[in-house]
Amino acid sequence: MISVRGLSKTFDRTIHAVRDLDLDVAEGEVVVIVGPSGSGKSTVLRCINLLEIPTEGTVVVDGADLTDPSTDIDKIRAEVGMVFQQFNLFPHLTVCQNITLAQRKVRGRSRQEAEEMAMAQLTRVGIPEKAEAYPRQLSGGQQQRVAIARSLAMEPKVMLFDEPTSALDPEMVKEVLDVMLELAAEGMTMVVVTHEMGFAKAAGDRLVFMDEGEIVETGMPDEVFSNPRHQRTRDFFDKILY
Amino acid sequence: MILAILVWMAFKIITDDDYDLAWTRIWPGLRITIEATAEIFAIALVIGLVFGMGQLSRNVVSRNVARTYVEFVRGIPILPLMFTLALVIVPQATNALNGRLDAWFGWEFKLSFQWRAVVTVALIYGAYMAEVFRGGIQSIPPGQVEAGRSLGLSRRQTMNSVVLPQAMRAMIPPLGNNFIAILKDTSLLSVLGVLEITQRARQFSASSFKFREGYFVSVFIYLVLVMALSLLLSVLERRMTRDLKGGR
Repeated sequence: MISVRGLSKTFDRTIHAVRDLDLDVAEGEVVVIVGPSGSGKSTVLRCINLLEIPTEGTVVVDGADLTDPSTDIDKIRAEVGMVFQQFNLFPHLTVCQNITLAQRKVRGRSRQEAEEMAMAQLTRVGIPEKAEAYPRQLSGGQQQRVAIARSLAMEPKVMLFDEPTSALDPEMVKEVLDVMLELAAEGMTMVVVTHEMGFAKAAGDRLVFMDEGEIVETGMPDEVFSNPRHQRTRDFFDKILY
Repeated sequence: MILAILVWMAFKIITDDDYDLAWTRIWPGLRITIEATAEIFAIALVIGLVFGMGQLSRNVVSRNVARTYVEFVRGIPILPLMFTLALVIVPQATNALNGRLDAWFGWEFKLSFQWRAVVTVALIYGAYMAEVFRGGIQSIPPGQVEAGRSLGLSRRQTMNSVVLPQAMRAMIPPLGNNFIAILKDTSLLSVLGVLEITQRARQFSASSFKFREGYFVSVFIYLVLVMALSLLLSVLERRMTRDLKGGR
Protein backbone atom coordinates (compact mmCIF):
# COMPACT_ATOMS: atom_id res chain seq x y z
CA MET A 1 0.00 0.00 0.00
CA ILE A 2 2.83 2.34 0.90
CA SER A 3 6.33 1.97 -0.43
CA VAL A 4 9.06 4.40 0.57
CA ARG A 5 12.44 4.09 -1.15
CA GLY A 6 15.63 5.97 -0.38
CA LEU A 7 13.77 8.78 1.34
CA SER A 8 15.89 11.71 2.54
CA LYS A 9 14.69 15.02 3.90
CA THR A 10 17.06 17.87 4.60
CA PHE A 11 16.03 21.15 6.20
CA ASP A 12 18.02 24.29 5.41
CA ARG A 13 20.58 22.11 3.59
CA THR A 14 22.29 21.18 6.84
CA ILE A 15 19.79 19.40 9.06
CA HIS A 16 19.30 15.82 7.94
CA ALA A 17 15.92 14.84 9.39
CA VAL A 18 15.65 11.61 7.43
CA ARG A 19 18.47 9.73 5.70
CA ASP A 20 18.04 7.19 2.92
CA LEU A 21 15.07 5.42 4.48
CA ASP A 22 13.11 2.45 3.13
CA LEU A 23 9.71 1.47 4.49
CA ASP A 24 6.91 -0.73 3.20
CA VAL A 25 3.44 -0.97 4.62
CA ALA A 26 1.12 -3.72 3.41
CA GLU A 27 -2.63 -3.38 3.10
CA GLY A 28 -4.29 -3.80 6.48
CA GLU A 29 -1.01 -3.55 8.35
CA VAL A 30 -0.52 -1.39 11.44
CA VAL A 31 2.99 0.00 11.65
CA VAL A 32 4.02 1.87 14.78
CA ILE A 33 7.01 4.20 14.59
CA VAL A 34 8.77 5.06 17.84
CA GLY A 35 11.99 6.85 18.67
CA PRO A 36 13.43 9.81 20.54
CA SER A 37 12.27 13.31 19.59
CA GLY A 38 14.11 14.67 16.61
CA SER A 39 14.62 11.21 15.18
CA GLY A 40 12.64 12.05 12.04
CA LYS A 41 9.52 9.95 12.71
CA SER A 42 7.07 12.78 12.09
CA THR A 43 8.97 13.87 9.01
CA VAL A 44 8.62 10.39 7.49
CA LEU A 45 4.89 10.48 8.17
CA ARG A 46 4.53 13.96 6.68
CA CYS A 47 6.41 12.88 3.57
CA ILE A 48 3.85 10.10 3.01
CA ASN A 49 1.19 12.68 2.15
CA LEU A 50 3.64 15.28 0.90
CA LEU A 51 3.11 17.82 3.68
CA GLU A 52 6.90 17.76 3.51
CA ILE A 53 8.50 17.47 0.11
CA PRO A 54 11.20 14.79 0.12
CA THR A 55 14.68 16.00 -0.76
CA GLU A 56 15.44 12.62 -2.31
CA GLY A 57 13.77 9.28 -2.84
CA THR A 58 10.34 8.09 -3.90
CA VAL A 59 7.08 7.63 -2.03
CA VAL A 60 4.49 5.39 -3.66
CA VAL A 61 1.01 5.23 -2.17
CA ASP A 62 -1.55 2.86 -3.64
CA GLY A 63 0.40 2.64 -6.88
CA ALA A 64 0.84 6.38 -7.37
CA ASP A 65 4.29 7.96 -7.14
CA LEU A 66 3.87 11.12 -5.06
CA THR A 67 7.27 12.49 -5.99
CA ASP A 68 6.35 12.45 -9.67
CA PRO A 69 5.36 16.05 -10.52
CA SER A 70 2.53 14.84 -12.80
CA THR A 71 0.73 13.10 -9.93
CA ASP A 72 -2.41 14.89 -8.73
CA ILE A 73 -1.43 15.20 -5.11
CA ASP A 74 -4.83 16.44 -3.95
CA LYS A 75 -6.37 13.20 -5.18
CA ILE A 76 -3.89 11.06 -3.22
CA ARG A 77 -4.30 13.13 -0.08
CA ALA A 78 -8.04 12.47 -0.17
CA GLU A 79 -7.18 8.76 0.11
CA VAL A 80 -4.73 9.24 2.96
CA GLY A 81 -6.21 10.40 6.27
CA MET A 82 -4.00 12.33 8.66
CA VAL A 83 -4.50 12.93 12.37
CA PHE A 84 -2.36 15.63 13.96
CA GLN A 85 -0.96 16.09 17.45
CA GLN A 86 -2.74 19.46 17.72
CA PHE A 87 -6.07 18.14 16.26
CA ASN A 88 -6.25 21.08 13.81
CA LEU A 89 -10.03 21.20 13.76
CA PHE A 90 -11.47 24.22 11.96
CA PRO A 91 -12.55 26.52 14.84
CA HIS A 92 -15.03 28.55 12.78
CA LEU A 93 -17.09 25.48 11.84
CA THR A 94 -19.26 23.16 13.91
CA VAL A 95 -18.20 19.57 14.41
CA CYS A 96 -20.62 18.48 11.70
CA GLN A 97 -19.36 21.15 9.25
CA ASN A 98 -15.78 20.14 10.02
CA ILE A 99 -16.58 16.63 8.89
CA THR A 100 -18.71 17.51 5.86
CA LEU A 101 -16.47 20.23 4.33
CA ALA A 102 -14.02 18.02 2.46
CA GLN A 103 -16.63 15.36 1.68
CA ARG A 104 -18.63 17.93 -0.23
CA LYS A 105 -15.76 19.86 -1.83
CA VAL A 106 -13.52 16.93 -2.68
CA ARG A 107 -15.82 13.92 -2.91
CA GLY A 108 -18.69 15.97 -4.32
CA ARG A 109 -21.24 14.47 -1.98
CA SER A 110 -24.58 16.15 -1.39
CA ARG A 111 -25.21 17.88 1.89
CA GLN A 112 -27.48 15.09 3.05
CA GLU A 113 -25.05 12.30 2.12
CA ALA A 114 -22.21 14.12 3.82
CA GLU A 115 -24.21 14.71 6.99
CA GLU A 116 -25.29 11.09 7.17
CA MET A 117 -21.66 10.02 6.81
CA ALA A 118 -20.65 12.55 9.47
CA MET A 119 -23.19 11.17 11.93
CA ALA A 120 -22.11 7.60 11.16
CA GLN A 121 -18.46 8.48 11.88
CA LEU A 122 -19.33 10.48 14.99
CA THR A 123 -21.29 7.50 16.29
CA ARG A 124 -18.28 5.31 15.58
CA VAL A 125 -16.01 7.54 17.69
CA GLY A 126 -18.70 7.75 20.37
CA ILE A 127 -19.82 11.41 20.32
CA PRO A 128 -22.81 11.75 17.98
CA GLU A 129 -24.40 14.22 20.40
CA LYS A 130 -21.66 16.80 19.72
CA ALA A 131 -22.46 17.32 16.04
CA GLU A 132 -23.68 20.89 16.46
CA ALA A 133 -21.00 21.94 18.97
CA TYR A 134 -17.99 24.09 18.09
CA PRO A 135 -14.51 22.62 18.61
CA ARG A 136 -13.79 24.98 21.53
CA GLN A 137 -16.66 23.51 23.48
CA LEU A 138 -15.09 20.04 23.42
CA SER A 139 -12.39 18.44 25.55
CA GLY A 140 -9.07 17.53 23.95
CA GLY A 141 -10.01 13.88 23.70
CA GLN A 142 -13.31 14.71 22.06
CA GLN A 143 -11.60 17.07 19.62
CA GLN A 144 -9.14 14.40 18.59
CA ARG A 145 -11.97 11.92 18.07
CA VAL A 146 -13.72 14.46 15.85
CA ALA A 147 -10.46 14.83 13.91
CA ILE A 148 -10.36 11.06 13.42
CA ALA A 149 -14.01 11.06 12.33
CA ARG A 150 -13.25 13.90 9.89
CA SER A 151 -10.54 11.81 8.23
CA LEU A 152 -12.58 8.60 8.24
CA ALA A 153 -15.52 10.32 6.56
CA MET A 154 -13.34 10.58 3.44
CA GLU A 155 -13.13 6.75 3.48
CA PRO A 156 -9.36 6.79 3.17
CA LYS A 157 -7.28 3.76 2.27
CA VAL A 158 -4.56 4.66 4.76
CA MET A 159 -4.62 6.54 8.06
CA LEU A 160 -1.58 8.38 9.37
CA PHE A 161 -1.39 9.36 13.04
CA ASP A 162 1.21 11.93 14.13
CA GLU A 163 1.49 11.60 17.92
CA PRO A 164 -2.30 11.71 18.30
CA THR A 165 -2.29 11.50 22.10
CA SER A 166 0.75 13.65 22.94
CA ALA A 167 -1.23 16.86 23.45
CA LEU A 168 -3.91 15.23 25.58
CA ASP A 169 -4.44 15.21 29.32
CA PRO A 170 -3.65 11.73 30.65
CA GLU A 171 -7.26 10.82 31.40
CA MET A 172 -8.23 11.41 27.78
CA VAL A 173 -5.56 9.29 26.16
CA LYS A 174 -7.54 6.06 26.48
CA GLU A 175 -10.68 7.25 24.71
CA VAL A 176 -8.60 8.14 21.66
CA LEU A 177 -6.54 4.95 21.75
CA ASP A 178 -9.72 2.87 22.02
CA VAL A 179 -10.98 4.38 18.76
CA MET A 180 -7.63 3.65 17.12
CA LEU A 181 -7.59 0.07 18.42
CA GLU A 182 -11.03 -0.53 16.99
CA LEU A 183 -9.94 0.92 13.67
CA ALA A 184 -6.93 -1.39 13.60
CA ALA A 185 -9.13 -4.37 14.37
CA GLU A 186 -11.34 -3.48 11.43
CA GLY A 187 -8.34 -3.88 9.16
CA MET A 188 -7.47 -0.26 8.39
CA THR A 189 -3.96 0.31 7.08
CA MET A 190 -2.32 2.57 9.66
CA VAL A 191 1.02 4.25 10.27
CA VAL A 192 1.21 5.57 13.81
CA VAL A 193 3.91 7.74 15.36
CA THR A 194 3.43 7.53 19.11
CA HIS A 195 4.99 7.22 22.53
CA GLU A 196 2.21 4.89 23.70
CA MET A 197 4.00 1.57 23.98
CA GLY A 198 0.80 -0.06 25.23
CA PHE A 199 -0.89 0.76 21.94
CA ALA A 200 2.10 -0.53 19.98
CA LYS A 201 1.87 -3.85 21.82
CA ALA A 202 -1.89 -4.18 21.51
CA ALA A 203 -2.43 -3.10 17.93
CA GLY A 204 0.93 -2.97 16.15
CA ASP A 205 1.74 -5.60 13.54
CA ARG A 206 5.22 -4.17 13.26
CA LEU A 207 7.29 -1.78 15.33
CA VAL A 208 9.84 0.52 13.74
CA PHE A 209 12.46 2.15 15.93
CA MET A 210 14.03 5.27 14.46
CA ASP A 211 16.99 7.33 15.61
CA GLU A 212 18.84 10.17 13.87
CA GLY A 213 16.81 9.87 10.70
CA GLU A 214 17.37 6.15 10.22
CA ILE A 215 15.49 2.96 10.95
CA VAL A 216 17.60 1.24 13.59
CA GLU A 217 15.45 -1.76 14.18
CA THR A 218 12.15 -3.22 13.07
CA GLY A 219 10.18 -6.27 14.17
CA MET A 220 7.18 -7.60 16.08
CA PRO A 221 6.42 -5.16 18.90
CA ASP A 222 6.72 -7.77 21.67
CA GLU A 223 10.05 -8.96 20.36
CA VAL A 224 11.55 -5.52 20.02
CA PHE A 225 10.41 -4.56 23.50
CA SER A 226 11.62 -7.66 25.27
CA ASN A 227 14.68 -8.38 23.23
CA PRO A 228 16.08 -5.39 21.34
CA ARG A 229 19.04 -6.28 19.18
CA HIS A 230 20.68 -2.87 19.02
CA GLN A 231 22.26 -0.87 21.79
CA ARG A 232 20.47 2.33 20.72
CA THR A 233 17.09 0.63 20.92
CA ARG A 234 17.94 -0.80 24.33
CA ASP A 235 19.03 2.62 25.62
CA PHE A 236 15.79 4.17 24.42
CA PHE A 237 13.54 1.61 26.07
CA ASP A 238 15.60 1.76 29.25
CA LYS A 239 14.85 5.44 29.44
CA ILE A 240 11.12 5.31 28.77
CA LEU A 241 9.95 2.00 30.28
CA TYR A 242 9.83 1.45 33.99
CA MET B 1 -16.68 64.50 29.48
CA ILE B 2 -16.68 64.20 25.70
CA LEU B 3 -20.43 63.92 25.83
CA ALA B 4 -20.60 67.16 27.83
CA ILE B 5 -18.53 68.96 25.20
CA LEU B 6 -20.72 67.62 22.43
CA VAL B 7 -23.89 68.67 24.22
CA TRP B 8 -22.43 72.13 24.81
CA MET B 9 -21.50 72.41 21.13
CA ALA B 10 -24.94 71.32 20.02
CA PHE B 11 -26.46 73.84 22.42
CA LYS B 12 -24.23 76.59 21.01
CA ILE B 13 -25.16 75.76 17.44
CA ILE B 14 -28.84 75.95 18.26
CA THR B 15 -28.76 79.12 20.34
CA ASP B 16 -25.81 81.17 19.08
CA ASP B 17 -26.27 82.92 15.72
CA ASP B 18 -22.57 82.88 14.83
CA TYR B 19 -22.32 79.14 15.43
CA ASP B 20 -25.56 78.61 13.59
CA LEU B 21 -24.16 80.45 10.58
CA ALA B 22 -20.94 78.42 10.69
CA TRP B 23 -22.98 75.24 10.87
CA THR B 24 -25.12 76.08 7.85
CA ARG B 25 -22.00 76.94 5.85
CA ILE B 26 -19.96 73.90 6.86
CA TRP B 27 -22.24 70.91 7.21
CA PRO B 28 -23.03 70.61 3.45
CA GLY B 29 -19.40 69.43 3.20
CA LEU B 30 -20.42 66.33 5.09
CA ARG B 31 -21.71 64.70 1.91
CA ILE B 32 -18.30 65.00 0.19
CA THR B 33 -16.49 63.87 3.32
CA ILE B 34 -18.60 60.72 3.52
CA GLU B 35 -18.44 60.08 -0.22
CA ALA B 36 -14.68 60.44 -0.24
CA THR B 37 -14.35 58.16 2.78
CA ALA B 38 -16.37 55.43 1.08
CA GLU B 39 -14.46 55.81 -2.21
CA ILE B 40 -11.08 55.75 -0.54
CA PHE B 41 -12.00 52.75 1.61
CA ALA B 42 -13.32 50.79 -1.37
CA ILE B 43 -10.28 51.48 -3.56
CA ALA B 44 -7.86 50.83 -0.68
CA LEU B 45 -9.62 47.56 0.08
CA VAL B 46 -9.06 46.32 -3.46
CA ILE B 47 -5.43 47.50 -3.49
CA GLY B 48 -4.92 45.92 -0.08
CA LEU B 49 -6.39 42.59 -1.12
CA VAL B 50 -4.30 42.42 -4.29
CA PHE B 51 -1.01 43.43 -2.67
CA GLY B 52 -1.70 41.57 0.58
CA MET B 53 -2.23 38.31 -1.29
CA GLY B 54 0.66 39.26 -3.58
CA GLN B 55 3.02 39.34 -0.62
CA LEU B 56 2.03 35.78 0.26
CA SER B 57 2.18 34.51 -3.30
CA ARG B 58 4.44 31.63 -4.32
CA ASN B 59 5.48 33.66 -7.35
CA VAL B 60 8.74 35.53 -6.70
CA VAL B 61 7.89 38.42 -9.03
CA SER B 62 4.47 39.22 -7.58
CA ARG B 63 5.88 38.82 -4.07
CA ASN B 64 8.61 41.37 -4.74
CA VAL B 65 6.32 43.79 -6.56
CA ALA B 66 3.86 43.72 -3.67
CA ARG B 67 6.60 44.04 -1.07
CA THR B 68 8.18 46.98 -2.90
CA TYR B 69 4.87 48.78 -3.26
CA VAL B 70 4.06 48.47 0.43
CA GLU B 71 7.51 49.56 1.59
CA PHE B 72 7.67 52.43 -0.90
CA VAL B 73 4.25 53.89 -0.14
CA ARG B 74 4.56 53.47 3.61
CA GLY B 75 7.72 55.55 3.48
CA ILE B 76 6.03 58.64 2.02
CA PRO B 77 3.87 61.11 3.98
CA ILE B 78 0.45 61.73 2.47
CA LEU B 79 0.77 65.42 1.63
CA PRO B 80 3.94 65.31 -0.50
CA LEU B 81 2.54 62.31 -2.36
CA MET B 82 -0.73 64.15 -2.93
CA PHE B 83 1.04 67.21 -4.36
CA THR B 84 3.26 65.05 -6.54
CA LEU B 85 0.37 63.07 -7.92
CA ALA B 86 -2.04 65.95 -8.36
CA LEU B 87 0.36 68.62 -9.59
CA VAL B 88 3.08 66.64 -11.37
CA ILE B 89 2.16 63.12 -12.36
CA VAL B 90 -1.45 63.60 -13.44
CA PRO B 91 -0.84 66.81 -15.48
CA GLN B 92 2.19 65.29 -17.20
CA ALA B 93 0.36 62.06 -17.94
CA THR B 94 -2.53 64.10 -19.25
CA ASN B 95 -0.23 66.06 -21.55
CA ALA B 96 1.55 63.00 -22.78
CA LEU B 97 -1.59 60.95 -23.39
CA ASN B 98 -4.33 63.24 -24.46
CA GLY B 99 -3.14 64.10 -27.96
CA ARG B 100 -3.14 60.44 -28.86
CA LEU B 101 -6.21 59.44 -26.90
CA ASP B 102 -8.16 62.21 -28.58
CA ALA B 103 -6.99 61.15 -32.03
CA TRP B 104 -7.63 57.46 -31.45
CA PHE B 105 -10.75 57.38 -29.32
CA GLY B 106 -12.05 60.95 -29.41
CA TRP B 107 -11.84 60.91 -25.65
CA GLU B 108 -9.62 62.78 -23.23
CA PHE B 109 -8.23 61.68 -19.94
CA LYS B 110 -9.37 64.02 -17.17
CA LEU B 111 -9.19 63.65 -13.44
CA SER B 112 -10.75 66.19 -11.08
CA PHE B 113 -8.74 67.42 -8.14
CA GLN B 114 -11.15 65.60 -5.86
CA TRP B 115 -10.39 62.28 -7.57
CA ARG B 116 -6.65 62.96 -7.57
CA ALA B 117 -6.80 63.50 -3.83
CA VAL B 118 -9.00 60.45 -3.30
CA VAL B 119 -6.64 58.25 -5.30
CA THR B 120 -3.63 59.50 -3.35
CA VAL B 121 -5.13 58.68 0.02
CA ALA B 122 -6.38 55.34 -1.34
CA LEU B 123 -2.88 54.45 -2.54
CA ILE B 124 -1.50 55.10 0.94
CA TYR B 125 -4.22 53.23 2.79
CA GLY B 126 -4.03 50.43 0.23
CA ALA B 127 -0.51 49.75 1.48
CA TYR B 128 -1.68 49.74 5.11
CA MET B 129 -4.51 47.39 4.24
CA ALA B 130 -2.17 45.09 2.36
CA GLU B 131 -0.41 44.67 5.69
CA VAL B 132 -3.73 44.02 7.42
CA PHE B 133 -4.62 41.30 4.91
CA ARG B 134 -1.19 39.74 5.12
CA GLY B 135 -1.20 39.80 8.91
CA GLY B 136 -4.73 38.39 9.07
CA ILE B 137 -3.89 35.47 6.83
CA GLN B 138 -0.58 34.81 8.54
CA SER B 139 -2.23 34.81 11.95
CA ILE B 140 -3.90 31.51 11.03
CA PRO B 141 -1.74 28.63 12.32
CA PRO B 142 -0.09 26.52 9.57
CA GLY B 143 -1.78 23.43 11.02
CA GLN B 144 -5.07 24.70 9.62
CA VAL B 145 -3.71 24.67 6.10
CA GLU B 146 -2.12 21.27 6.65
CA ALA B 147 -5.40 19.85 7.94
CA GLY B 148 -7.26 21.22 4.91
CA ARG B 149 -4.69 19.98 2.42
CA SER B 150 -4.41 16.56 4.04
CA LEU B 151 -8.16 16.11 3.52
CA GLY B 152 -7.60 16.62 -0.19
CA LEU B 153 -8.70 20.25 -0.47
CA SER B 154 -6.76 22.23 -3.06
CA ARG B 155 -4.75 25.35 -2.18
CA ARG B 156 -7.59 27.57 -3.33
CA GLN B 157 -10.28 25.58 -1.52
CA THR B 158 -8.23 25.63 1.67
CA MET B 159 -7.74 29.39 1.35
CA ASN B 160 -11.43 30.05 0.71
CA SER B 161 -13.06 27.63 3.14
CA VAL B 162 -10.54 27.40 5.95
CA VAL B 163 -8.10 30.33 6.08
CA LEU B 164 -10.05 33.36 4.83
CA PRO B 165 -13.17 32.90 7.01
CA GLN B 166 -10.94 32.81 10.07
CA ALA B 167 -8.68 35.61 8.85
CA MET B 168 -11.69 37.87 8.18
CA ARG B 169 -12.57 37.82 11.86
CA ALA B 170 -9.03 38.79 12.77
CA MET B 171 -9.05 41.59 10.22
CA ILE B 172 -12.26 43.35 11.21
CA PRO B 173 -10.83 45.45 14.06
CA PRO B 174 -7.83 46.77 12.07
CA LEU B 175 -9.98 47.39 8.98
CA GLY B 176 -12.41 49.33 11.16
CA ASN B 177 -9.58 51.40 12.57
CA ASN B 178 -8.39 52.15 9.06
CA PHE B 179 -11.89 53.23 8.09
CA ILE B 180 -11.96 55.74 10.92
CA ALA B 181 -8.46 56.95 10.07
CA ILE B 182 -9.53 57.45 6.44
CA LEU B 183 -12.54 59.47 7.55
CA LYS B 184 -10.27 61.79 9.48
CA ASP B 185 -7.69 61.99 6.70
CA THR B 186 -10.30 63.17 4.20
CA SER B 187 -9.59 66.53 5.82
CA LEU B 188 -6.34 66.46 3.81
CA LEU B 189 -8.43 66.78 0.66
CA SER B 190 -8.86 70.42 1.63
CA VAL B 191 -5.34 71.27 0.47
CA LEU B 192 -6.48 70.61 -3.10
CA GLY B 193 -9.55 72.76 -2.61
CA VAL B 194 -12.06 69.93 -2.30
CA LEU B 195 -15.12 71.35 -0.58
CA GLU B 196 -15.38 68.91 2.27
CA ILE B 197 -15.83 69.86 5.92
CA THR B 198 -12.36 71.21 6.62
CA GLN B 199 -12.16 73.26 3.45
CA ARG B 200 -15.57 74.78 4.15
CA ALA B 201 -14.47 75.58 7.70
CA ARG B 202 -11.36 77.28 6.32
CA GLN B 203 -13.34 79.32 3.84
CA PHE B 204 -15.95 80.32 6.36
CA SER B 205 -13.36 81.32 8.95
CA ALA B 206 -11.17 83.23 6.54
CA SER B 207 -14.00 85.23 5.05
CA SER B 208 -15.86 86.03 8.27
CA PHE B 209 -12.92 86.11 10.72
CA LYS B 210 -14.98 83.83 12.96
CA PHE B 211 -12.19 81.25 13.39
CA ARG B 212 -13.42 79.89 16.69
CA GLU B 213 -16.92 79.21 15.42
CA GLY B 214 -15.74 77.76 12.11
CA TYR B 215 -13.20 75.32 13.46
CA PHE B 216 -15.20 74.34 16.55
CA VAL B 217 -18.08 73.32 14.34
CA SER B 218 -15.88 71.26 11.99
CA VAL B 219 -14.24 69.48 14.94
CA PHE B 220 -17.71 68.84 16.37
CA ILE B 221 -18.84 67.16 13.15
CA TYR B 222 -15.75 64.91 12.97
CA LEU B 223 -16.11 63.91 16.62
CA VAL B 224 -19.74 62.91 16.23
CA LEU B 225 -18.94 60.89 13.10
CA VAL B 226 -16.00 59.06 14.64
CA MET B 227 -17.83 58.24 17.86
CA ALA B 228 -20.82 56.89 15.97
CA LEU B 229 -18.52 54.77 13.82
CA SER B 230 -16.58 53.37 16.79
CA LEU B 231 -19.82 52.37 18.40
CA LEU B 232 -21.00 50.65 15.24
CA LEU B 233 -17.69 48.84 14.90
CA SER B 234 -17.65 47.47 18.40
CA VAL B 235 -21.14 46.05 17.86
CA LEU B 236 -20.01 44.47 14.59
CA GLU B 237 -16.90 43.04 16.20
CA ARG B 238 -18.86 41.46 19.00
CA ARG B 239 -21.26 39.92 16.55
CA MET B 240 -18.52 38.51 14.32
CA THR B 241 -16.59 36.88 17.15
CA ARG B 242 -19.59 35.49 18.98
CA ASP B 243 -19.81 32.14 17.17
CA LEU B 244 -16.06 31.70 17.51
CA LYS B 245 -16.31 31.96 21.27
CA GLY B 246 -19.04 29.35 21.03
CA GLY B 247 -21.52 30.65 23.59
CA ARG B 248 -19.92 28.72 26.37
